[in-house]
Amino acid sequence: MEAERTEHLNQEQQRDYTGSKMGMWLFLYTEFLLFGGLFLLYSVYRTRYVEQFHTAAATLDTVLGAVNTVVLITSSLTMAVSVSAIRKGDRKLSVSALFLTILFGCGFLVIKFFEWKAKIAHGLFPGALEMFELPQGEVIFYSLYYVITGMHGLHVLVGVVVLLGMLTLLMRKKINEKDFIKLENTGLYWHLVDIVWIYLFPFFYLLT
Amino acid sequence: MQTSFYVAHGRFRGIFSWILSTDHKRIGLLYLCSILSFFIVGVTLGLLMRLELFAPGRTIMDAQTYNALFSLHGIVMIFLFIIPAINASFGNFFLPLQIGARDVAFPRINLLSWYFYITAGILAISTLFAPGGPPDAGWTFYTPYSIITTTSVSLAAFAAFVVGFSSILTGLNFITTIHRLRAPGMTWFRMPLFVWSVYATSWVQILATPVLAIVMLLLIFERMFGVGFFDPAKGGDPLMFQHLFWIYSHPAVYVMILPAMGVISDIIPVFSRRTIFGYKAIAFSSMTIAGVGYVVWGHHMFASGMSETARWLFSFLTFIVAIPSGIKVFNWVATLYRGSIILGTPLLYSLSFIFLFSIGGLTGLMNAAVATNLHIHDTYFIVAHFHYVMFGGAGFAFFAALHYWYPKITGRLYDETTARVAWLIVFIGFNVLYFPMFILGWQGMPRRYFDYPLEFTNAHMISTIGSWILATGIVIMFVNLVLSAARGRNAGNNPWGGATLEWQVSSPPPAHNFEEIPQISKGPYDFN
Amino acid sequence: MNGREQGGAIIKYRVYVYVWGSLIILTGLTLTAAALEFGGLSIIINILIASVKASLVVWLFMHLKYESRLFKVMLLLAMTTLTVIILLTFSDVLFR
Ligand code: HEM
Ligand SMILES: [Cu+2]
Repeated sequence: MEAERTEHLNQEQQRDYTGSKMGMWLFLYTEFLLFGGLFLLYSVYRTRYVEQFHTAAATLDTVLGAVNTVVLITSSLTMAVSVSAIRKGDRKLSVSALFLTILFGCGFLVIKFFEWKAKIAHGLFPGALEMFELPQGEVIFYSLYYVITGMHGLHVLVGVVVLLGMLTLLMRKKINEKDFIKLENTGLYWHLVDIVWIYLFPFFYLLT
Repeated sequence: MQTSFYVAHGRFRGIFSWILSTDHKRIGLLYLCSILSFFIVGVTLGLLMRLELFAPGRTIMDAQTYNALFSLHGIVMIFLFIIPAINASFGNFFLPLQIGARDVAFPRINLLSWYFYITAGILAISTLFAPGGPPDAGWTFYTPYSIITTTSVSLAAFAAFVVGFSSILTGLNFITTIHRLRAPGMTWFRMPLFVWSVYATSWVQILATPVLAIVMLLLIFERMFGVGFFDPAKGGDPLMFQHLFWIYSHPAVYVMILPAMGVISDIIPVFSRRTIFGYKAIAFSSMTIAGVGYVVWGHHMFASGMSETARWLFSFLTFIVAIPSGIKVFNWVATLYRGSIILGTPLLYSLSFIFLFSIGGLTGLMNAAVATNLHIHDTYFIVAHFHYVMFGGAGFAFFAALHYWYPKITGRLYDETTARVAWLIVFIGFNVLYFPMFILGWQGMPRRYFDYPLEFTNAHMISTIGSWILATGIVIMFVNLVLSAARGRNAGNNPWGGATLEWQVSSPPPAHNFEEIPQISKGPYDFN
Repeated sequence: MNGREQGGAIIKYRVYVYVWGSLIILTGLTLTAAALEFGGLSIIINILIASVKASLVVWLFMHLKYESRLFKVMLLLAMTTLTVIILLTFSDVLFR
């Protein structure tokens, strides 16, 4: 009896659509400030080491960076389409759009992986011997590059895992045109990850 | 009478009915018990330190042990005791009751936050047994020392990182709850002031804690990979660590003190039988404190080599933050004026809160002036100041809340005489313990030393004796509360005659708080 | 309380594609701006472009346009906080 009632009350609260979304937005603000702290660090060191940031940034692969930007932007498109589709009751479109999103997310990570690998092969990573010969500003640049893109990559990875979870829920009809808040909230998170990259791209690849 | 939430155990039985419960009241009690346990750990460490300082030279421990003790004491007291003390325990228990809701907005996330908290606690304690020994860089983890020390600073920093998550989740839960789940008729200005303060606190938790999370992570990266952000040898800037650390840790002071102020604002009207004076002023000042609290962190860095511009700017801003706190104090005093005062234990703690917090706050203004700051920086003056604010302020408010809501939580009354005696001993002990520290600091006794020159002996000795008095008082208080839970008289629904909603339900409250969601038509301090 | 009623407007696919197109164009723009080497100005241009892109994502992909005023105020609060933090830190860094 009691358990049933708790269940019932839980459901009653769960259906507070605006409430869930508000919780998600609040969570996004914390992410926003987390990366905000990193951006603060970046901007301080950038004002301090203008020239050296410039030299170091030139060694990053702008083409790969740009490709990754397009990949993430497109994944945001498919994500948004997936949410709209399920709300219109078009499960098939929603599933395939979500699938594409996951694919793009993985693609992003693969490209990132090769980018890091190339840099590490050149001995450009924190603690490497080669780093000690570089001017200090360049060392800091590479450290920032690894830490910030690493944190971002971690978020993409988590995002992909959550998206996979959503995909199964979607296929098992646990997410449907009546109850789509989980998918929508995941979407919000995914877009945030996209936004972070939108800033990272010029910050690291386009220093002139 | 409806079955209380202790009886209605939900889906699970025994211990699982607690640690798997999503009932905000049970989670509140989980928090309360774990917070009290960490408080006892912290007090024990504090007593040991005071014992060492009883006489000059090595008394019971060597320098390294002392370093470990003040670091752990600080970490436990700040992150595991005082930050969640009122907000996570009483906030969880009473926020939904006070706004007429059945639970918080995300009950399962609420439970998750407790798991983060308890994990962090276990991690912090486990540094005692970790290879390298317990951390010795203080609770502030200042670089570059925290990078080079071989003690288990990384583990402690990770604990702070994890407890941050718990704090964030509590914050977003409470904000959503207050926005979405107020009972019909519960307008913003009919909310109890405790709810207002929890609301302001939650915003601080959301917008400041992530910065702590990232700076703790960076510290760990620094130790693991040598990324160099805070290491001058690699072109980093140790001051950036201090900036990021205090961007969180100053607002954290408001995470401690705002709920405390909320508790006081709830207790004073009840025990003086008068509606609160300046309701809106108090509510808005909570929000102002939360806001202004963001822009003053630099006052911790006056002696660090920060720019002159930043120094006067932060000094100026810090003076401003005193205004909203002052507004509150005046409103409380105005409420008491001509009230029919009942000197119950909760009020005694509240009054001592006002007294001790005012001392802490006014000495804070002394710290805020750059010139005096340079004189007292890193001395016992600071140690005295922050104990007055955090312990005399937030800690005493926590005790006040403990007594005020005790009948609601347990359904029984504590023994009033014993409680008053305990209060007197705690109050005396507190001042004997910490007041000499102001003098010591003014005379130049630096903080974080296990030894001192002979001329400081007397004051240190008095202070240590004070710590024993204080500890005795705390023991009496706790014993009284524990014994009364079994033997106390029946409390009835509303022993104090409070007008807020939690007093309208039975004590202890029923599992779902309200059989029917109440319709609110009057203010929280309307005693007619 | 039915999810559909509370979900707000459903944005048309077409709008999403327009947003996507604009984002791609802006990415191209930022690449060109970087290639033209405006010197000190270039960072400002790039941040401006990035902010336009971010606003597009927040406004339409994330539906902020269709949320209540409260949501917008909350976002503003978070943004103000970060701005203030950065400005105050620079009061140290720039004048040291
Ligand atoms: C019986 C209770 C307590 C005693 C005897 C005590 C004693 C002390 C002592 C002796 C120190 C070290 C001073 C130094 O060498 O620099 C200290 C530091 C500190 N205490 Fe307490 N304290 C008590 C309660 C509290 C409470 C309730 C809080 C917080 C709410 C607290 C927060 C701190 C902090 C943050 C530090 C600084 C640690 C550091 O330097 O890293 N203490 N305390
Ligand atoms: Cu401060």
